Amino acid sequence: MPVLCRTGCGKKAVLKRPKTGDALCKECFYHAFEAEIHYTITKGRLFNNGDSVAIAASGGKDSTVLAHVMKTLNQRYKYGLNLMLLSIDEGITGYRDDSLETVKQNRDDYEMPLKILSYKDLYGWTMDEIVAQIGRKNNCTFCGVFRRQALDRGAAMLNVKCIATGHNADDIAETVLMNVLRGDIARLKRCTSISTGSEGTIPRVKPLKYTYEKEIVMYAHYKKLVYFSTECVFAPNAYRGHARALLKDMEKIRPSCIMDIIYSGETMAVKEDITLPTQRICIRCKFVSSQEVCKACVLLEGLNKGLPRLGIGKSSKAKKMLEEYNAKQGHTTIKETMQYLDNNYTNIGNIENCLSNDKLCKSRVCKVSKNNTQLINISGKCNNGHCSGQCKNNQFSKDKENKSNTKINILLEQYELSETSNNVTVGPSHANILNATDLDNLYPDQDEDSCSGTCGKMGSMQIGF
Amino acid sequence: MSGLTVTLQFSGGAELLFDKVKKREVELPALEKFLPQINKTDWSLRELLVWIKDNLLRERPELFLQGDSVRPGILVLINDSDWELYGELDYKIHNGDTIMFISTLHGG
Ligand SMILES: [Zn+2]
Ligand SMILES: [Zn+2]
Ligand SMILES: [Zn+2]
Repeated sequence: MPVLCRTGCGKKAVLKRPKTGDALCKECFYHAFEAEIHYTITKGRLFNNGDSVAIAASGGKDSTVLAHVMKTLNQRYKYGLNLMLLSIDEGITGYRDDSLETVKQNRDDYEMPLKILSYKDLYGWTMDEIVAQIGRKNNCTFCGVFRRQALDRGAAMLNVKCIATGHNADDIAETVLMNVLRGDIARLKRCTSISTGSEGTIPRVKPLKYTYEKEIVMYAHYKKLVYFSTECVFAPNAYRGHARALLKDMEKIRPSCIMDIIYSGETMAVKEDITLPTQRICIRCKFVSSQEVCKACVLLEGLNKGLPRLGIGKSSKAKKMLEEYNAKQGHTTIKETMQYLDNNYTNIGNIENCLSNDKLCKSRVCKVSKNNTQLINISGKCNNGHCSGQCKNNQFSKDKENKSNTKINILLEQYELSETSNNVTVGPSHANILNATDLDNLYPDQDEDSCSGTCGKMGSMQIGF
Repeated sequence: MSGLTVTLQFSGGAELLFDKVKKREVELPALEKFLPQINKTDWSLRELLVWIKDNLLRERPELFLQGDSVRPGILVLINDSDWELYGELDYKIHNGDTIMFISTLHGG
């Protein structure tokens, strides 16, 4: 005995909507699904007529459905948007190359221009190369940090008004829950906002904010949208995995809990004195950062120094690594090593340095920087060897005198070598402490895209790798 | 009563738990033979999940199953309709049915 569509259209219902409990037929479901997203877009004033909008496209279900619906609504309601797809190629063999094929399919299906930016171009390292350096365990630090920045850079290149991401209601509820579980009150307030972005950054909007994951998957299924699903090849954040599992368990019992949690996050009052770190410009790459040196630069520093764990993991580990590095370099104390790094650090990051050496730097990193994205060759030496290591060495000795203890201490902090930074306590100052062990804490809004893959969402779903 | 033939489909990443096979036709034995202890003759989804666990799911069943049901976040479609409209575990399986499992847990 088939269940009939709740609207009385006479057709057979195909699904029960988690949000309302209504049984709907395919057509009535499409209509409700699209109408709700349209309502979210118009009520939240996410776009203005004539805007260029980049859809962050991963080839996964959320971004595929987002691209499809955005195209549909843009035509149906005459938003007047210039839509394009923006993808990040982390350089993960067998994972991203497959999903990029899906993104290219999206490009053809939806007739939208596609821009693919690679980690290799931006940072000089593919994720595969990083894996080779660091092993599998902490990769999400890299993939999360680099990805967030890469999207911003890509959006700057495309000269778009904003980036639309595929975060759905389940994702946002999960983030609210995570922030509650971590006592991260400052971020709690922000994580529910439909549009985020501080001065100097390109706003990110979430048209699927109130859309259930189940409906996204059902929509893609019935519309026969092709998407790519896999787990991220890298280790998941176990804590987030538990939060997700808890949420899914609760959703099964009471589906409205997703909306209820979002509502709680939206309406929770936050004390005035709890503030997020203010945005500033990374002194190395000149990109927006909440720290003096952005996390991407710290991670790159570690990679390029052969100390890939610098800036991630427990500070005691980083200390040990630096000690080993000391031994190799003939330095005896951490401070000496930090001085060494500091010296490098003041010398590098200046594109002029690279060019003033009278050697044309041909690395793609530098090409990117000419595209006015302010990206610089962070390591100070180019990976392809066109730029001789000389410039770095020259400046290294030149600047040797210019260091100060204060700077070293700042760097020690920057590299998270003070033990205290590891033991974060709950309190108003919480948001200002960069917790080395918690990869999701790196940027104000980062929780939502901690990883290019899904590892942040996967929990124990991690299989096969 | 003799066995049933049903089509099983796995997608959205659920296929990764089943040797990446997205679609397979399976023949279910008589239920009295498969689970004599429950004294039932009609296959329901509840027993189908047990059969899948015993016959198809080689390792890490917890990624697919939780308790006597599927893990929350895995959608089940019976003949292309949401199983929530059809009694979920209590749905009585018919010969020729297509049961589809779509994971929402594998992201993008
Ligand atoms: Zn209908
Ligand atoms: Zn990852
Ligand atoms: Zn930087």
